[in-house]
Amino acid sequence: MASRFESVPVVREALGKVDYLADEGIAGVVYLADRLGKPVLVEGPAGTGKTQLAKSVAEILGARLIRLQCYEGLDEAKALYEWNYKKQLLRIQAERNSKESGQSWDEMSDDIFSNEFLMTRPLLEAIRADDRVVLLIDEVDRLEVETEALLLEILSDYQVSIPELGTITAKQIPLVFLTSNNTRELSEALKRRCLFLHIDYPDIERERQIVLNKVPDISEHLADQVARIVRTIRNIELKKAPSVSETLDWANTLVLLGVQNITEAEAVDTLHILLKYQTDIAKAAKELTSTPSKFQKTS
Amino acid sequence: MTVIDDGPAPAGLGQPILELLNGFVIELRNAGIPVSLTENLDAMYAIKHIPLEDREAFKYALAATMVKNQNHWKAFETVFEIYFSIRGSEYDLKNQGDNADGDDQENQDDGDGEGEGEGEGPGSGGGGGRQMTPEELAQMLYNALMSGDQGLMRMVAKVSVRRFAGMEPGRPVGGTYYLYRTLRNLDLDGVMAKLMEQAGEQVGGEMTPLEQRLANDEYESRVDQLRKEIEAEIRRRLVADRGVEAMAKTLRKPLPEDVDFMHASREEMVKLRRAIYPLTRKLAVRLQRKRLHGRRGALDFRNTVRHSLSYGGVPAEPKFRRPRPKKPEIMIVADISGSVAAFARFTLHLVYAISGQFSKVRAFVFIDGLDEVTKFFEGTEDIVDAVHRVNTEADVVWVDGHSDYGHAFEVFWERYGKEIGPRTTVLILGDARNNYHSSQSWIIKEIRAKARSVFWLNPEPRSYWDTGDSIVGEYGQYCNGTFECRNLRQLEGFVDNLA
Repeated sequence: MASRFESVPVVREALGKVDYLADEGIAGVVYLADRLGKPVLVEGPAGTGKTQLAKSVAEILGARLIRLQCYEGLDEAKALYEWNYKKQLLRIQAERNSKESGQSWDEMSDDIFSNEFLMTRPLLEAIRADDRVVLLIDEVDRLEVETEALLLEILSDYQVSIPELGTITAKQIPLVFLTSNNTRELSEALKRRCLFLHIDYPDIERERQIVLNKVPDISEHLADQVARIVRTIRNIELKKAPSVSETLDWANTLVLLGVQNITEAEAVDTLHILLKYQTDIAKAAKELTSTPSKFQKTS
Repeated sequence: MTVIDDGPAPAGLGQPILELLNGFVIELRNAGIPVSLTENLDAMYAIKHIPLEDREAFKYALAATMVKNQNHWKAFETVFEIYFSIRGSEYDLKNQGDNADGDDQENQDDGDGEGEGEGEGPGSGGGGGRQMTPEELAQMLYNALMSGDQGLMRMVAKVSVRRFAGMEPGRPVGGTYYLYRTLRNLDLDGVMAKLMEQAGEQVGGEMTPLEQRLANDEYESRVDQLRKEIEAEIRRRLVADRGVEAMAKTLRKPLPEDVDFMHASREEMVKLRRAIYPLTRKLAVRLQRKRLHGRRGALDFRNTVRHSLSYGGVPAEPKFRRPRPKKPEIMIVADISGSVAAFARFTLHLVYAISGQFSKVRAFVFIDGLDEVTKFFEGTEDIVDAVHRVNTEADVVWVDGHSDYGHAFEVFWERYGKEIGPRTTVLILGDARNNYHSSQSWIIKEIRAKARSVFWLNPEPRSYWDTGDSIVGEYGQYCNGTFECRNLRQLEGFVDNLA
């Protein structure tokens, strides 16, 4: 298999070009996934760019992104493939009407279980694709444990077995990303087949850079302040810490409001963009406007 | 060292690195991280694609293939730092002075803890700092923290460990003692105050609380970084001195889910608190699903008979009622005295976080008196705050503030006994160390007769039960079950079965 990436720094740079700021770990795992031909299981808090990673990788490869959104009750027919019953029925009907052709039952069944009557769903689609694809299996933790097994064959061998047709093997190994919000423990079997990548909230340097990249017309000073305030808020024990996307929303709002320098009043007034629980907002507002105890003691 | 045989290793890796990896994997498994055979092989294939001199990339390659749970990351990191630390003769304790600088400085322990470094002469650190006075070191520390410069920090760490830690070769201790000695000499609090002053001057005039807070956080994170550098420096020296395996064994810590509630350090407590929120979320999802799936209602006789008509009166197709599982009612009676308080707190936290899975939750806490604390949890979203209020506001002391299970149960039975019904599950939390008071275990028997079930959760190891003043056996004979609940894993398992 021809590898897609030269080295880890190349991955990082390429991702940077499409405005995805990867840290060492992210770039390293993407690189390895390509080299080892293994899927990547991406875990982490909501809103840290797990799904975006798959999209960005697809973008730099110029590949088609095939997305399977998981939900409770997802089954084979929606994830893998389905026979087009209506078309099959029509075919049989048509056969019956044109009596003279006299097809035998065997021929007939071969005929209606052929590619023409197969409806591909995302997983099979990714396997059969001729062009470059990136397969994104989103929120895999929403699947029931039993349904998880659907994925195993694809993830380890990149093939799908269809009883009537035989095994379909991938023409080229697609890059596969699975994302999980960690609402339940995934099975060992699934984890074993994947490389594991945990994307946490970015450190302050990276967050500032993300804000600078993604928010148009923001000044360096404001971006710096935003990143620092967000870090302080994340250090407080909250129900839900602000995610990167919320940070970006907040920075956008501040720019729209024409804020140059964040003061307490402005910070507190716009906190509801960063935090979604009333108790969290109250707590953070209190923390931000009170003097840190340590400083009081020492000064 | 036992050699593991995980199948053939991919060709192209040198023998030494293979051996090192072998030891590394064994240590990971010893630390409780489940590394399977295929994962081990994957790791070996992975590092073939990584330039070995790139330490960060190497680390991520190993982590991505072998560590599949974020909670295990910390443990992985420790083992990694030990096995793949930067080594060299300069870290050797025995010839501490014999390095490139050629100083002949034996900085061994001078007596007890008095190695202040006053007039101690040169601490040879990497470069520039050869004849450094304490003032110069202090200045360097200040500069390092002011600028947040990584290289400078590393140098400060190096010099100060060399000067203050007073490490002795061959001494079988972990790094904590050395860390403490080093930090004590650096006076980080003082430096912090100075930095804050400086920050204030820069702004010119009075800083607003927000600015103060931000500056404070910034410097705190830098101090934290410095502390990590010092820790790493000490670890490197210890590894050089005592060898990889000995160090790995000394530094081995339980994984977060295995940390003992009763002996958790403050740092571990913080981690446990962080771990509990995702845990409750997982539990809630799991319980919700269990309720919806995999349960069938009782046989619907009428419906079955009606459908049997189409089979000529044979009830071939049994019909069931729609499942309407009853949610259990929970009463928690928790001992919150001294040593078991942490455990009670966690259990309260956990049960309330999934209170949606129960029709009603009531909580009582006691030491030798008993008080109902349900009201603290009602109408608040903030469980942490509620638990805090339980600890400060509940009226639980009757005579002397030593656990008296007997009296507490008496009060409970008298006041709330009537409210126990056939759907109530009573959970009693505590170590049953009764200080030799009377047990009043007949109350548990009475409760058992009225309630659906009574469970006793004990945070002590099973082997300690019924030793000394522990009378859990006497109570336990009337309970539906007694469980050892020493860590999150056991607690989670219990709650999962409860609902």
